[in-house]
Amino acid sequence: MGLFQTKRRNILPGFGLSMGYTVFYLSAIVIVPLSMIFFNTVPMGWEPFVHAVTAPRVLASYRLSFSTAFFAAVFDAAAGLLTAWVLVRYRFPGKQFLDALVDLPFALPTAVAGICFATLYSPMGWLGETLIKWNIEIINSATGIVVALVFIGFPFVVRTIQPVLEEVEQEIEEAAHCLGATRWQTFRKILLPHLFPALLTGSTLAFARGIGEYGSVIFIAGNLPMKTEIAPLMIMSKLDQFDYAGASAVALVLLLISFSMLLVLNAVQEWQQKEYR
Amino acid sequence: MLKPTTTESGPIVKKRVSDPLPIRILLIGAMLLFFTAFIFLPLGLVFAQAFQKGWTLYLESITEPYALEAVKLTLITVAIVVPLNAFFGVTAAWAITKFNFSGKAALKTILDLPFAVSPVIAGLIFVLLVGSRTPFGSWLGEHGIKIIFSTPGIVIATLFVTFPFVVRELIPLMEAQGRDEEEAALTLGAKGWQIFGKITLPNISWGLLYGMILCGARSIGEFGAVSVVSGHIRGQTNTIPLHVEILYSEYNFTASFAVASILVFLALLTVGIKVTMEKQFKKNSIHHQD
Repeated sequence: MGLFQTKRRNILPGFGLSMGYTVFYLSAIVIVPLSMIFFNTVPMGWEPFVHAVTAPRVLASYRLSFSTAFFAAVFDAAAGLLTAWVLVRYRFPGKQFLDALVDLPFALPTAVAGICFATLYSPMGWLGETLIKWNIEIINSATGIVVALVFIGFPFVVRTIQPVLEEVEQEIEEAAHCLGATRWQTFRKILLPHLFPALLTGSTLAFARGIGEYGSVIFIAGNLPMKTEIAPLMIMSKLDQFDYAGASAVALVLLLISFSMLLVLNAVQEWQQKEYR
Repeated sequence: MLKPTTTESGPIVKKRVSDPLPIRILLIGAMLLFFTAFIFLPLGLVFAQAFQKGWTLYLESITEPYALEAVKLTLITVAIVVPLNAFFGVTAAWAITKFNFSGKAALKTILDLPFAVSPVIAGLIFVLLVGSRTPFGSWLGEHGIKIIFSTPGIVIATLFVTFPFVVRELIPLMEAQGRDEEEAALTLGAKGWQIFGKITLPNISWGLLYGMILCGARSIGEFGAVSVVSGHIRGQTNTIPLHVEILYSEYNFTASFAVASILVFLALLTVGIKVTMEKQFKKNSIHHQD
C-alpha cells in the first residue's frame, strides 16, 4: 500500500528493460496459454457448452471435488489450529523437528503422497487392514480423497495461523485471566475471533488447492465413474479422447470457481484489515 | 518424551498464562496422533516398502536404465526451468519493487495465478496451444518441432507451475529493503549494472537462493501438469514422479517405492534447507537492524 502512496519519481535505471521482459515472459508462459481455454470454449456456442459442463458425469465430478475439498478444509482448520497452538504455545522436546515437518506436504511430490496413502489404506496396508475389520473402507471412496486432501492442505492452515498466534499479546490473556475469565472463555471470546481471519484464509487456500489437486488423489480414489472421479480427472479423460472443447469447458468452470473464491477471500481480507484500523 | 513442566519453569522462560498440564498433554498427544497418521506413517511406509526385498533390489530399482533415464530427464528439466524462472524472478521483482507504475496490483495478481490453477489445467493449456491437433502445433510439426509428448512440453508446463516461486520470495525482501541504497549509488555515479551487481544482488542473494531451491523442488516433483503433456513414453518422456506412477500401476510396488524414496529424501532435504535458511534470515534481519 505504501508504495502507491509515495509520489516519488522513478529515478533508477532499467524500468523499460525489466518491465518489458516481465510482460513478455508472463505473456508467453501464462497469459497466452491460459487464454487458450477461453478460445477453445467460445467457438463451442452456449448450448453445447452447457451440455458439456452439465453432463451427469461432469456434474458428479464437480460435486465430488467440491465436497471432498470442503470437508478436507474443515478438518485441516481443526488440525491446523491444534498444531499451530501446540507449536507456538508449548515447549517440548522435538518441537522444532515437528515444526519443520509441517512443510513436508509442500515439498513432497504429490504422486508420492498418493501412492503412500493408497498403500496405507489398502485392505492389506498398515491402516487398511484394521479399518476393514470395522467395515470402514477408505480406498476407492470419497473418504480416501478427503484423507489425501487433508495431507495436501494441512500446511496452508498452520503456516497462516502461526504468525498471528505468535503476535498475540500476552497482556490480553492476562487481563482476561485477572477479570476472572476461564482459559476456555479467553480462548472462545478473545483468541478465536482474533485468529479467525487467518483460519479462514488458511482453510480457503487449502480448499482452493484441494479442488484442483490431482496427483495425490487419483491413486486412492479408484476413479470409478459417477462415484470417485474428481473434476481434474474429467479434464484428463476428455483430453485422452481428444475432446479439446469439452476439456476446456470443464476447465473453464473449474477456473472461474477457483478465481472467484480467491477474489472473495481477498475482499474478506481487505474488509478485515479495515475493521482493525 | 513430554516434559513440558520442566522447561516451562526454567529460568530463561518468561512465566506466562498457560494451559494446565493435562490439557497440554492432551493437545500434544492429539497433534502427535495426527502427525503419525499423516506424516510419520506415510514416510515410514515408503522406506519399509522400498527395502522390503533388500538392498540389492533397491539398488537395482533405482539404477535400471528406465529409472536413470527418468532421473536424467528430471535433471534436464530442472536445469532449464530454475535458471529461467530465477532470471524472470529477479527481473520482475526489480520492476515491481524499484518503480511506481499503474497496474502493479494486477501484475502481482498474475504472479499468484498458478496457485489457483489445477495442475491438470496447467498441462491442458499447453496441449491446447501447441498440441499436434492445433493450428500452431501442426505448423510446428511440419517444421519438425515437437513440443507436446516430448521434453520441451515437459519444460514449459513445469515453467508455468513454478514461475512464481523465486519472484514471490524476492518481492517482500526487496520491498523491505527499499530503494535508498540503489538511489545513493546512482547519485554517486554508479551505472545501472553496477548498482544491480554490487548492491541489489548481494542484498537479495539468500532470498534468491531460497526461491531457486523451492522452484527446483517443485520442478522435480511436479506430477499433474507434466503428466498431461508427457505422453508417458518410457525412457523418453518419463520424469521421476511419472516413473513412480508407471511402476505403481504395474503393481511393481517395491521398485515404485524405491524410486519414490529418492523423492522423499529430496523433500526432506528441502525442508531441512528451509529451516536452516530461515535461521539465516533471522540472523541477517537482526544484523540489519543494528
